[in-house]
Amino acid sequence: MEALFITPFVEIVDSPIFFMEVVINGMLTGILYSLVALGYVLIFKASGVFNFAQGAMVLFAPLTLVGLMETGVPFPIAFILTILVMIALAMLIEWSMLRRLVNQDGMILFMATIGLSFVLEGSSQIIWGSDVKKLDIGLPDSSFEIWGMLLNTLDLSAAAVAALLVGALALLFQYTATGRALRAVADDHQAALSIGIPLGKMWVIVWSVAGIIALVSGMVWGAKSGVQFSLTLIALKALPVLILGGFTSIPGAIIGGLIIGVGEKVAEIYWGPVFGGAIEGWFAYMLALVFLMFRPQGMFGDKIIERV
Amino acid sequence: MRNHRFIAVVLIIAFGVVPFVANEYWLQAILIQFLVFSLAAIGLNILTGYAGQVSLGTGAFMAVGAYATFKITTAFPEINILIVFILAGGVAAGVGILFGLPSLRIKGFYLAVATLAAQFFILWLFNKVGWFYNDSPSGTISAPPRDVFGFLVTGPEATPQARYLVVLGFLTVFALIAKNIVQGRIGRSWMAIRDMDIAAEIIGIEPLKTKLLAFAVSSFYCGLAGALFIFAWLGSAETEAFDIFLSFQILFMIIIGGLGSITGSFIGAAFIVLFPIFLTNVPPMIGVTIPTDLSKHIEEIIFGALIVFFLIVEPHGLARLWQMFKAKLRKRSFP
Repeated sequence: MEALFITPFVEIVDSPIFFMEVVINGMLTGILYSLVALGYVLIFKASGVFNFAQGAMVLFAPLTLVGLMETGVPFPIAFILTILVMIALAMLIEWSMLRRLVNQDGMILFMATIGLSFVLEGSSQIIWGSDVKKLDIGLPDSSFEIWGMLLNTLDLSAAAVAALLVGALALLFQYTATGRALRAVADDHQAALSIGIPLGKMWVIVWSVAGIIALVSGMVWGAKSGVQFSLTLIALKALPVLILGGFTSIPGAIIGGLIIGVGEKVAEIYWGPVFGGAIEGWFAYMLALVFLMFRPQGMFGDKIIERV
Repeated sequence: MRNHRFIAVVLIIAFGVVPFVANEYWLQAILIQFLVFSLAAIGLNILTGYAGQVSLGTGAFMAVGAYATFKITTAFPEINILIVFILAGGVAAGVGILFGLPSLRIKGFYLAVATLAAQFFILWLFNKVGWFYNDSPSGTISAPPRDVFGFLVTGPEATPQARYLVVLGFLTVFALIAKNIVQGRIGRSWMAIRDMDIAAEIIGIEPLKTKLLAFAVSSFYCGLAGALFIFAWLGSAETEAFDIFLSFQILFMIIIGGLGSITGSFIGAAFIVLFPIFLTNVPPMIGVTIPTDLSKHIEEIIFGALIVFFLIVEPHGLARLWQMFKAKLRKRSFP
């Protein structure tokens, strides 16, 4: 009991600098979770599909990038080529899957994307092999000390990239005609079609954007820990972020990511020893679950209104 | 009537003929696995197909059944193992209710993600706390030898025939029970909740009871399947055997077989069990060799593509196709 309720707090008060360091590092990881979660939110907002395959895309995109770079293509060209590949993939998904599932129940679409994630994981490993690949995109990787806290430049620049992307997306959604059309599609497929919004085109756009987000988040994670199969697990980490923040909210994804990132790090360092360690795997889920009991739509999700 | 006759014939063959003609490979690699997965698929189908609550935590509930069996039978070796299996199913049902509680407040995708909490937390618990695996240094649980009326049914010495019959017996009894539940009042209330929970509430179905009952019954089946998974099929395992991939596998079974169909659970399980065997055995026969890791990825791709295909073309799965095929045959024979 003492280890659960007293010791951790004593430790926090004893060395606030170290606590701050843990919190900041948690936030930096949290932003990366937000980035992955954003991919989900975007597709959910725009097409009402909970895209389970986002995790597979976070693997597929950077694998394509690294694969291209290994054949000798310089980074900027490889980056553009990968974006084109992701757009082509979005078109393929729209043509082969989404247009055939218009107006289906959300749960059916969700299960279809589970199938899609298997296809993507399998094919990316057949095409590019299943070894761990190193990704060097020129982000500085060194540690420095500030006010007694140890921080990593790679984490900082990753967070900056993420923040930039998030800002751009928020603008796209709120202030452009495309953004408005996307929100209309999310509301009601049929109604959107009837006022002349080209559903197929919108889906291609949103899946392409999600593909690009997957590429960026995969690159950042890949630069940290190598491009490998376990990237798909990071997507699983992003799911609690999603339910914490609400499926439909971009700010929710960001704040949810920060909360999960910080909570996870703090719990692992201060409470981990009590539980015997490795609690990172489920802590986020439990946190989200408890939270959901009180607010079923997440922090910023649209209020669930039910009609018969 | 026709259906009853068909089931009776299948049962007579399964109980009376198969144990004597099938060799060890068939029993161990295909039949027992198929029966265990069918039971698990029925369990998930009750929750997802009938009551409409998508769960990604099947593997964890199966693990609860397996570990509960292990704990009970090592603590009380004198209890008949068949009873222990049932008790373990009961434990799994309890855990299922616990993790089903959020379903009262949250639904749909939120719930699907919430069931992942069960998946990760339960496996972590079984991995970390030595009490669950009796502090064995390898961290695995293995089936101790137990007999029923003098016949060994678990443990390394038990014959595949005995293990096959145990699983078949459980499956037969519980599949029939499931069939009756889903056709009765309870099944109807599950389907009402699935189709529109608010409307169901208005016609007098209590969501609390109905949903929790679905979680309990489903987890009971999954727990029983998990217990048999270790004790009648694998012999020993660690938590990794129950990871999220197993949950997906069971989910795929009910999608391919047919959501909301007991027959579909069998067909789906058969498909998922047989397909990898087909993929490893057929290409060499026609002179093509595929390296193992490649064939694993190909398997992944084909499974994924099939899921999408079935959801687009026939969301009711192979079970519906089978029904239509039967209907056609009947028309042909009596024009």
